[in-house]
Amino acid sequence: MTLELLKSEIEANVPGCRLEIIPNPSPSGQHSLLIDPEHALAVAGFLRDAAHLRFDYCSNVTGIDWPAPKLSGKMKLKEMGDGMEHDAEEEIEAPATGHLEAVYHLYSMEKKHGPVIVRLRTEDRANRVHLPSLTPVWRSCEFQEREIFDLYGIHFEGHPDLRRILMWDEFVDHPMRKDYRDPDDYEWEPTPHDDVLERAKQHYTPRPQLDGAENITAQPK
Amino acid sequence: MDEALKIELSKQGIFATTLQELYNWGRKSSLWPLNFGLACCAIEMIATTMARYDLARFGAEVFRPSPRQADLMIVAGTITKKMAPQVVRLYNQMPEPKYVISMGACAISGGPFKQGYNVLKGIDRYIPVDIYIPGCPPRPEALIDGFMALQKKIDAQQLTGSSRPRHLNADEPSEFPVPQFGAHDLEPSLNPEVWQAPLVNISLADNDDSGTA
Repeated sequence: MTLELLKSEIEANVPGCRLEIIPNPSPSGQHSLLIDPEHALAVAGFLRDAAHLRFDYCSNVTGIDWPAPKLSGKMKLKEMGDGMEHDAEEEIEAPATGHLEAVYHLYSMEKKHGPVIVRLRTEDRANRVHLPSLTPVWRSCEFQEREIFDLYGIHFEGHPDLRRILMWDEFVDHPMRKDYRDPDDYEWEPTPHDDVLERAKQHYTPRPQLDGAENITAQPK
Repeated sequence: MDEALKIELSKQGIFATTLQELYNWGRKSSLWPLNFGLACCAIEMIATTMARYDLARFGAEVFRPSPRQADLMIVAGTITKKMAPQVVRLYNQMPEPKYVISMGACAISGGPFKQGYNVLKGIDRYIPVDIYIPGCPPRPEALIDGFMALQKKIDAQQLTGSSRPRHLNADEPSEFPVPQFGAHDLEPSLNPEVWQAPLVNISLADNDDSGTA
């Protein structure tokens, strides 16, 4: 069954849902189906329960961060300014067009077909990051949705136990977001290069008490 | 006491020793490691204790499941920041005299995860480490070598004087602050009384001396 067929079938059975096929231009050609959050639970229920589909197994749930290009530049400037990491949730203003996605890989054990790749998309990356949890439909989503909540900051409504799963509860950042800045605890390394060299320069300036320190620049070669 | 005289006396059936030798011999020959592992290095540690490498030959066959009964902590594996407070707490619960072997690249410095956000850059940021064993993971032979190095270290300790070990010096701390979970990182991110960042001149980093000034 092609994704177009599946799409029209879902549209016929779940009234009012808005679907969109996201093409995948790579050789694998695994196109995915974008579902609007309002009807996600109904669509998921249909995919699982329809007699000829029976997508009874959700093998994987993952998150994707799509920051607005302009926004990431702004974040970088702020980061350079005072050398502190910033929580993305506080920084982003209304005109942000970036968003977060949750991607579900569905298989059917019974019918032995799949995968169907389903995407849910938040409205932005700041405040409207709520999506319906699909854990009531597929129990295997539970820990993976918690992981997405932990690392990307998507809030899954209807999740039975939405807590951080990898980082500690007091942690406030979402490390897998592209604008995440990890804590500033760089430590000397014998062969710094690229990004590490940049950080080395910030942290290890030449010391004035060294002999001939005035000739030393922090740029090898 | 003269070493030759001691040998001569032993030939006559007289055993002469000092309290210090006896004490150190007892400690080094019955190091009881704490039964805990953190990552893949723990598998090598387990292999070391099994029949092929047989750590029992060195008096360390009893891995104690309780820190109250252990005097050697083998930090075997990656210490995530979420795990670090528990490691420090376990160390605090061990009675003196206690020793720490930092096994593998991760426990020494964070290893391949050093540039990551969630791995501690070496357990020596929070607790004093006696022996470092490099490797990823170190082979059982390396662990045994490190273990023997620790035994040599214990054997050479003086029980009196300024160089006496920590557990005989009331002024030295036996417990170390447990880091707290912070909003972005562990707080504090290191214990400055135990560890300080090395002072280096990175403009020398391309030279053979690895930039150490």
